[in-house]
Amino acid sequence: MSDAERWTPAEDLGGPAEPLLKVERLTKHFPVKSAGLFQRKRVARAVDGVSFTIAKGETLGVVGESGCGKSTTARLLMHLIEPDAGEVIFDGELVGETLGLRELRRRMQMVFQDSYASLNPRLTIVDSLTFAPVVHGVPAAQALALASELLEQVGLDPKVVLGRYPHELSGGQRQRVNIARALALKPRLVILDEAVSALDKSVEAQVLNLLVELKQRFDLTYMFISHDLNVVHYIADRAMVMYLGKIAELGPVEAIYAAPRHPYTRALLAARLSTDPQARTYAVALEGDPPNPIDPPSGCRFRTRCPLAAEVCAAQEPATVEVGPGHSVACHLYDPASGNREAQANV
Amino acid sequence: MSEPPMLEVSNLSVAFATSRGTIQAVNGVDFHLRRGETLCLLGESGSGKSVTLRALMRLLPEPLARVAGRVVLAGEDIYGLPERRVEDLRGKTVSMVFQEPMLAFDPVYAIGRQIAEVITRHEGVTRAQADARALELLEKVQIPSAKQRLSAYPHEMSGGMRQRAMIALALACNPAILLADEPTTALDATVQMQVLLLLRRLQAETGMAVMLVTHDIGVAAEMADRVAVMYAGRIVEQGTVAQVLKDPLHPYSQGLLASTVHAGWKGRRLEAIPGSPPDLIDPPPGCAFAPRCPRRFALCEKNSPQDTGLTEGRSARCLALEAQPS
Repeated sequence: MSDAERWTPAEDLGGPAEPLLKVERLTKHFPVKSAGLFQRKRVARAVDGVSFTIAKGETLGVVGESGCGKSTTARLLMHLIEPDAGEVIFDGELVGETLGLRELRRRMQMVFQDSYASLNPRLTIVDSLTFAPVVHGVPAAQALALASELLEQVGLDPKVVLGRYPHELSGGQRQRVNIARALALKPRLVILDEAVSALDKSVEAQVLNLLVELKQRFDLTYMFISHDLNVVHYIADRAMVMYLGKIAELGPVEAIYAAPRHPYTRALLAARLSTDPQARTYAVALEGDPPNPIDPPSGCRFRTRCPLAAEVCAAQEPATVEVGPGHSVACHLYDPASGNREAQANV
Repeated sequence: MSEPPMLEVSNLSVAFATSRGTIQAVNGVDFHLRRGETLCLLGESGSGKSVTLRALMRLLPEPLARVAGRVVLAGEDIYGLPERRVEDLRGKTVSMVFQEPMLAFDPVYAIGRQIAEVITRHEGVTRAQADARALELLEKVQIPSAKQRLSAYPHEMSGGMRQRAMIALALACNPAILLADEPTTALDATVQMQVLLLLRRLQAETGMAVMLVTHDIGVAAEMADRVAVMYAGRIVEQGTVAQVLKDPLHPYSQGLLASTVHAGWKGRRLEAIPGSPPDLIDPPPGCAFAPRCPRRFALCEKNSPQDTGLTEGRSARCLALEAQPS
């Protein structure tokens, strides 16, 4: 591969109809230290048979509370941790088979929440930014030019920033550096795992504007993980709601925010804080805390907190059913075959 | 309004001596808090809001932290009292809920014991009476199966339960003033709403004054009667929650509201505030917000704006407002 090719994004193999990423039954169970010598081995079902696709050029927003598996899913996609089962197909190529990890990580990059922990504190910004391109065969001089160019793209002055260490930058500046580093290998998919969550609101807005611009300019596809439902609504085309390692609801962001189907999605949206002091919240949307992913509830995992839970919800895991164009939900209420009495009325 | 305020703070300043120089974390703030009222200190990281809150209970490590100004809490001048008297007030007259209850609780004692300890310390009751009261408190903050939870250790509880237990601990001696530092920031969305509603209910029941520090406009909108916006160690704007959130006067408050993503803003470009907050070791000479302010004029970079009182309880610190008094 010539240097010039290193500088261009990977070729679009499957055409626009082929999803950029296809995830099939992705599963990760973490072993948990057992409480006693003779107790059975326990596992935390962090991600449990998750399937979804990301179309080329879209932003998939992923929401859910802590322990729902959203960050584990991201790490599994990057192969930062090895999945127990399931397959990932990147633009038609099976990851680990036709597509090697090194090439995968050129095409797929990630930005983490903690901007400081993401950068090596002993490396200057220029060293951090040129590291990956050099590993991938870009000559040092070109990598340096690329680093300057990238910093300008993310709104930083290379003359000021290049020689600095991470601790000499503000949180917002560091996150811009992390974004620049993620873009250094010209990826096609960028996974943003709570990438703006630690930033102050005024800085968060700057970075969100930047992400929108960069997506356009570099023809990127985003997976945007966040606990902030307003931000996901703002930036995402489709939303994926996760609960205890499973997908509860997945669909166009407008459809989900206008008419959430899964009782959990409804509760999450209702728990958003009001910004109008004259329209305060007076009722709790959901009682209790999310249960532990070790020994999750039988059947539907949400049933222990669900105001609409019926007998069938404890007995059977809900199937994923289509409720609208590209809009699916895993809830017995929408599955006439489930035997849930109220299901018929909802269809 | 003849009743004196529960808390009156005048010209409070806090400076920290560091190897790089002196950080002026809080720079002359004034506010008061009345019985039954909720005041939100709204600001971003480094604005001095948490330091202000800690200064009210004299929790800052002196002499590393140099505190100046007056804090009168339930009639007592906190910085004029011997430490022993301040200890009597902490937990009894004023108490605090912290952001991370895992760090605020002692990990090696059961929750119930820690709550009972506060009660015996301040009220001189027997251990059995204190235990009974601890159980009552856990029930009051709606911890399920409260009796069993008394003997639970902090690590055995979920984040939401721990924060409820923290609130129970803070309320153990019916304080007149509750200080809360980002009490729901570490919690999940559904749990955050539960805890906010709990705080609101407890306040209505007890009539205590609440001071809440938050970076989240949503928390202020849900909880506050009045809001004070902090920037670079100063209160830049103060008013009722409706005044500040619906009709902000200070360019920083306006920018903060405009840059917080609201529901239904899809497709529009966010009006971010450019730049980042100043270095408090070497702050800009004039208005600290001037370098980022869209409405600055030449004088802003030279003169520090005064707190301009507009009407009772409504004030802002901006030269543009001084120039055209209402």
